[in-house]
Amino acid sequence: MDYKIENTKQIIITKPLKLDCGQTIKDFPVAYETFGKLNEKKNNAILIFHALTGDQFVTGNNPITNKEGWWATAVGPGKAVDTNKYFIICANVLGGCMGTYGPKSNDKEKNEPYGLNFPVITIKDMVKAQENLLEHLGIDKLLSVLGGSMGGMQLLQFCASYPEKTFTAVPIASTASHNAQQIALNELARQAIMSDPLWNKGNYHQDKKVPKNGLAVARMAAHITYMSDKGLQEKFGRKLQEKKDYEFTFDADFQIESYLRHQGKVFVERFDANSYLYISRAMDYFDLSKQFKGGLSEAFQNHKAKFLIVSFTSDWLYPTKNSKEIVIALNASGVNVAFAEIKTDRGHDSFLLNEPEFLKTIKGFLDSNFEIFKNEK
Amino acid sequence: MKNEFKIIANLLPAQSRVLDVGCGDGTLIKALINEKDIDARGIELGENNVKECISRGLSVIQGNAETELGQFPDKAFDFVILSQTLQAFYQPENVLEQLLRIGHRVIISIPNFGYWQIRAKLLLTGKMPITKSLPYFWYDTPNLHMCSIKDFYQFCEKKKIKIDRIIGINGEKTSSIYKINLEMKNLLSEVGIFLVS
Repeated sequence: MDYKIENTKQIIITKPLKLDCGQTIKDFPVAYETFGKLNEKKNNAILIFHALTGDQFVTGNNPITNKEGWWATAVGPGKAVDTNKYFIICANVLGGCMGTYGPKSNDKEKNEPYGLNFPVITIKDMVKAQENLLEHLGIDKLLSVLGGSMGGMQLLQFCASYPEKTFTAVPIASTASHNAQQIALNELARQAIMSDPLWNKGNYHQDKKVPKNGLAVARMAAHITYMSDKGLQEKFGRKLQEKKDYEFTFDADFQIESYLRHQGKVFVERFDANSYLYISRAMDYFDLSKQFKGGLSEAFQNHKAKFLIVSFTSDWLYPTKNSKEIVIALNASGVNVAFAEIKTDRGHDSFLLNEPEFLKTIKGFLDSNFEIFKNEK
Repeated sequence: MKNEFKIIANLLPAQSRVLDVGCGDGTLIKALINEKDIDARGIELGENNVKECISRGLSVIQGNAETELGQFPDKAFDFVILSQTLQAFYQPENVLEQLLRIGHRVIISIPNFGYWQIRAKLLLTGKMPITKSLPYFWYDTPNLHMCSIKDFYQFCEKKKIKIDRIIGINGEKTSSIYKINLEMKNLLSEVGIFLVS
């Protein structure tokens, strides 16, 4: 890794931010990237919220990995979210490890990374931190907010907290509240990290020995949940990894084993184990209806934004049922909402992949609403 | 836009709130928004239709009206439209009840099984009639509960549903239907449009 994270675009938030846990933070960095150009009327801005292990490098080259950004299939010049037309903003979440304030940040008092001394954060805290960017960039109202998975959770929180700040909203393969299964899967990942002896109660930065094995297992487990049974079977089946027969060992005989090990290995090169704990915790605490006593529909009372909710048929991590709960709540509050369930075998990951029907729907929604927004402003 | 949609559009006041149940590719909704500044939304079962609607900027949700109208609050819309779909539901009576719950008024159009061509076809050929508005064989038709204008009229009377207006369509011709000309119009109309509340 030649790239220095210090080189990333950052703003320092001087305004104190009161976290849900009770602590107040201030003078902390939020790292972000922008793509495309903000037009004169400032009505072509789209804020994208990234998922659990995402970052601000949405498209183009990611300087950390030297690979394409995580949503290059959907965002870029001439893509569904066209950067020739729209101004895209994406910030690394609070608790992240790509330049925004997180457990890897330096605790000035001790001159070492915070580790577990970093306060436990929530989705709402993440959203509050990112909202500062809009003021910094001089944007009163966004054309849209987009986000898949945990990005969708931040998006819903953003809409509930700042109802006037966006014209449209597109939560994809997401939920308004983490259920028992989703919490269970996150707990599995956290336990994998914490049971790695190198994790050392989060205090692993001094001697540079990081809990790679634990984090890799966490990633492997999570990766399975991003794919569907059918998708896995079609891609891997029982195929063996560069061998003719079983080797009667515990090495990776099957392609799927090798694939998961590879996913784990590349992941630990770019991600911080403590960040994984903090961010997955924020997802588990997310329950929008709990914030609004009367239930989820109260969160969107008299909301003026137009919503497009998208789910995927084979997504069992954030299934259509979760998306429909959002649709129902929005309908109950009379909010303008569209909903589409995209047919695909590629599971939760579908939103990151080249799914033509999905991308076409997003493009049509954004482009047609941009025409309306332009005339309104 | 087909004649039926033009008639429905004429029944709707500007800037009202409308739900089109089974909105297809969104032709009617789009026209209502553009021409009358109506807050029009839709629910549609066919996923390709839904994607088409969304791409046109329309607020359409993918879903089954038979089971999913419950999510809308009472009297959420000024008008609810159900165009030539009532006969395709398993339980049209329940659906109608939901429509009347979520809308102040309901516009329902039905392909009229009492139309003379249909009667004649059944009488002369002894087979299930296939016509322009009912182009299916008996075994592949989505239409489970066919009825005539007269049937639906009597159904509304029995259920104490208030009929505000009935319009009969025969090709490009339209006419108002009342109790007094019901028998005749039931014979001469291909489609009947009911405004009920």
